[in-house]
Amino acid sequence: MDDEREKLPQHPSQEVDTSRRQFLRNLGVTAAIASLLSSGAILEERRAKRAQAQTSQTPPGGETTLRGTVAVTLQVNGKQHTLQLEPRVTLLDALRDHLGLTGTKRVCDRGSCGACTVLLDGKPVYSCSVLAVDAQGKKIETVESLAQGEQLHPLQQAFVEHDALMCGFCTPGFIMSLKALLDKTSQPTPQQVKEACAGNICRCGTYNRIFEAALSAVQSMRRGG
Amino acid sequence: MPQQKTKRIKTTITVNGETREVEIEVPDIEAAWGDPKNMRWLGKRIPRVEGADKVTGRAKYTYDIQLPGMLYAKILRSPYPHARIRSIDASRAEKLPGVKAVITDLTREPKYVGEEIAAVAAVSEQVARDALHLIQVEYEPLPFVVTPETAREPSAPRVHGGQNVSGGNPRERGDVDSAFRRSDVVVHEATYSVPARSHCCLEPHGLVCQWQGDKLIAWASTQGIFSVRDELAGALGIPASNVRVICEHMGGGFGSKFGARAEGVICARLAKMAGAPVKLMLDREEEQLATGYGPGVTAKVKIAATRDGQLVAWESETYGTGGIGGGANIPLPYIYPVPNVRTRHYDIATNIGASAALRAPGHPQASFIMESAMDDLAHRLGMDPLEFRLKNDPNPVRQAEYRLGAERIGWNRRSQMGARVPGAIKRGLGVASAIWGGGGGAGSRPTVRIEPDGSVEVRLGTQDLGTGTRTYVAAIVAEELGLHIRQVKALIGDTDYGYSGASGGSTTTASVAPAVKMAAMAARERLVAVVSQHLQANPADIVLADGKVTARNGSEKSLTWKQACALLGKEGIEVQGEWNANLQGSGVAGCQFAEVEVDTETGKVRVIKIVAVQDCGLVMNRLGVESQIYGGVTQGLAMALYEQRLFDEQTGRMLNANLEEYKLPGPLDMPDIEAIVYDNPTGKVSGMGEPPVIPTAAAIGNAVFHAIGKRIHSLPITPAKVLEALGKV
Ligand code: FES
Ligand code: FES
Repeated sequence: MDDEREKLPQHPSQEVDTSRRQFLRNLGVTAAIASLLSSGAILEERRAKRAQAQTSQTPPGGETTLRGTVAVTLQVNGKQHTLQLEPRVTLLDALRDHLGLTGTKRVCDRGSCGACTVLLDGKPVYSCSVLAVDAQGKKIETVESLAQGEQLHPLQQAFVEHDALMCGFCTPGFIMSLKALLDKTSQPTPQQVKEACAGNICRCGTYNRIFEAALSAVQSMRRGG
Repeated sequence: MPQQKTKRIKTTITVNGETREVEIEVPDIEAAWGDPKNMRWLGKRIPRVEGADKVTGRAKYTYDIQLPGMLYAKILRSPYPHARIRSIDASRAEKLPGVKAVITDLTREPKYVGEEIAAVAAVSEQVARDALHLIQVEYEPLPFVVTPETAREPSAPRVHGGQNVSGGNPRERGDVDSAFRRSDVVVHEATYSVPARSHCCLEPHGLVCQWQGDKLIAWASTQGIFSVRDELAGALGIPASNVRVICEHMGGGFGSKFGARAEGVICARLAKMAGAPVKLMLDREEEQLATGYGPGVTAKVKIAATRDGQLVAWESETYGTGGIGGGANIPLPYIYPVPNVRTRHYDIATNIGASAALRAPGHPQASFIMESAMDDLAHRLGMDPLEFRLKNDPNPVRQAEYRLGAERIGWNRRSQMGARVPGAIKRGLGVASAIWGGGGGAGSRPTVRIEPDGSVEVRLGTQDLGTGTRTYVAAIVAEELGLHIRQVKALIGDTDYGYSGASGGSTTTASVAPAVKMAAMAARERLVAVVSQHLQANPADIVLADGKVTARNGSEKSLTWKQACALLGKEGIEVQGEWNANLQGSGVAGCQFAEVEVDTETGKVRVIKIVAVQDCGLVMNRLGVESQIYGGVTQGLAMALYEQRLFDEQTGRMLNANLEEYKLPGPLDMPDIEAIVYDNPTGKVSGMGEPPVIPTAAAIGNAVFHAIGKRIHSLPITPAKVLEALGKV
């Protein structure tokens, strides 16, 4: 069981020197080039993967679906919750649909955008890629835990002051990725800040202000603000 | 009856993302914003008012709406790019426990992979998905075509039955042929192209629909709550007044979220059938397949200038694809006036879904094509590309902007960079320009309410796409009434709050802000009438500032805001405002400079710096306007280096319908961005959400050309294309 948990998908900032975006970029380039040569082969592979994914949800024959729930106990933002969930429910959906914690966003649902980032025992993870049952026994922190009443966390405060958000849909994910960094590094370099959120995408284009905000939050935390 | 004074103005209007310039007659009522120097809020750096809600996760987007008994809907989509449906059997889906409603009548002939075939509402998303697998559809696959090149061939399968290629009427002025033949001109010919690009809004398209008797409430992730309302009412055959649409926060639209769209009607129908609220949010693959994209376009271009650099002729033939729709035309020649012009545009039908407006529709494409040709021609002329532009761009604002931007990027370093400088890593500088309408239009009906206890509310059925609408709506009222912005509650995003138009074409600010200003002025006037009596002062002497109401008549008698409002009586003040043309301006100019580094061994392009100089009219919120510039540049960079929808010719499927292989820049790809707000002393408000995205890709392309001495003729500029241009692969 413990061995299984070790295999939880790692958030990119936990990888040592290749950023996830870099990895994806390479993958994308490869795929794009390959598509010109033999898009058929890629498609086949894609189909096979999809078929595999379907069989894991749908038993052979594809007609009946295994059904039923299990009791899952999650420790979220310092509170224990016991939920009745289908085993296939992700941590993201458990938080959003079963606990009403909708601050954590669902964008790609497959580990490529970072909008669903939460902390699991202090480490940032993509909650869309973790099953709720696998998150049992771990400390889960969501964006809802940062502010104390009306008092925003310095990171949140800095995001607002620097306008590090536009539509705001990516924002909770970025904040959690950066919170993980600031929890373990009190004086991060600008490069560390960028790397900490390398697995998060913002389509509105707020990246530069996010870096600015994070570095200013560091300053205000050091001043004890 | 005295005749009301009117005047004719040129402005832009946007209908479902299609923006065009029109001339309209408007009432000529005197009104002015006043001197920006005396303003406490407007033009300053105002953190957005919903910021705290968004950073804490409290902000409720459509995706976050949860209602008691709510069902989840999923859509079954066509796996074929073109097919006839022989039969659909949903009986087994209907019998699956937890399934509450099924629709199978959406189409008989899907024309792209991802078109809606059937839909299901069930107690959970998982069950809804399971149910889709149980719907049996018998398809008869039909011939299809997904690339414009193939679609142009005479033998290509017909997308709509008729010809795939339409348009091609020449638009002509001057004497093009003889201009190209002149002995004193230099001619350049080339083909440039931009691929189709997806919007990739992080919040997907979708709605939550709830019926109350014959009334419908729809929460929608949309750029136009009223256009969603009208389309839903029309499709469902109910009065518009029976539909209420709410969008408090939304996670990006970029031109793809107008109207109810297919999923809106499906969601409302399922909710009606099931007798329960239904949530229908698209997943990421559906977003890529079925919610539109900015059309791709290929341009065959011929351009000529005299040897001393005066543009004389332009000819272009463009082929664009809006898929099963049209709308792939682009404005050419772009920016620079050319006396002799011939353009021909062809729209090509393909089986890739319908295109949609994408931030500054047509303009970034036009900019890349025009500015690439301009640079290539400048190169032939042996002229500095900036000098060439200064010579051919009569716009006085851009003339000033070019100089400002050139200084900030360090254009004078240009001669020490470029292909001839030894070393594997080459540096280059490039420049490109933008123009946008940004004018507004009549229609917005904001209400300002002042309560006797001093609380102030402004209500308007506009929406905030993340552009900061809510913030400047509050700021305008606070400015007028001399209050702190926190004392004004701005309620937007609900059709119950009074009409306002859809947010597209950067028309929102120039439409909304003047109307809110007029409402606030009317409210102020009423308040002043009451207070001036009480203070025995002339209304003209009453000043509202710093939360106080003061008589500037020597007596200097003053009331606190609360004391003043207490004089109002129970009913308080409630006034509506109407748009005033004298408060809006249009035509915002911009230019951008790019510095890049190209690794000639790997072909990788790194953008080091972008300087963006943008005219924004009268600035409402400086912080918000800068954010729009950052956002535009970031999306322009994505277009330059990464974005492209890829289709497989054999199967007609999109190969990168996700967020990994459909590449977007991440934090590590970001250059330094200098956003310079060019303060235009017109004193008029205009929209500027779109222009900053226009010239970025062109400026980057030109910088790459400078760096390696080779033109990359098609976007995105991938390492493979760079290596190919360098003859290394
Ligand atoms: S939603 Fe989890 S990474 Fe995108
Ligand atoms: S603020 Fe909209 S996606 Fe980041």
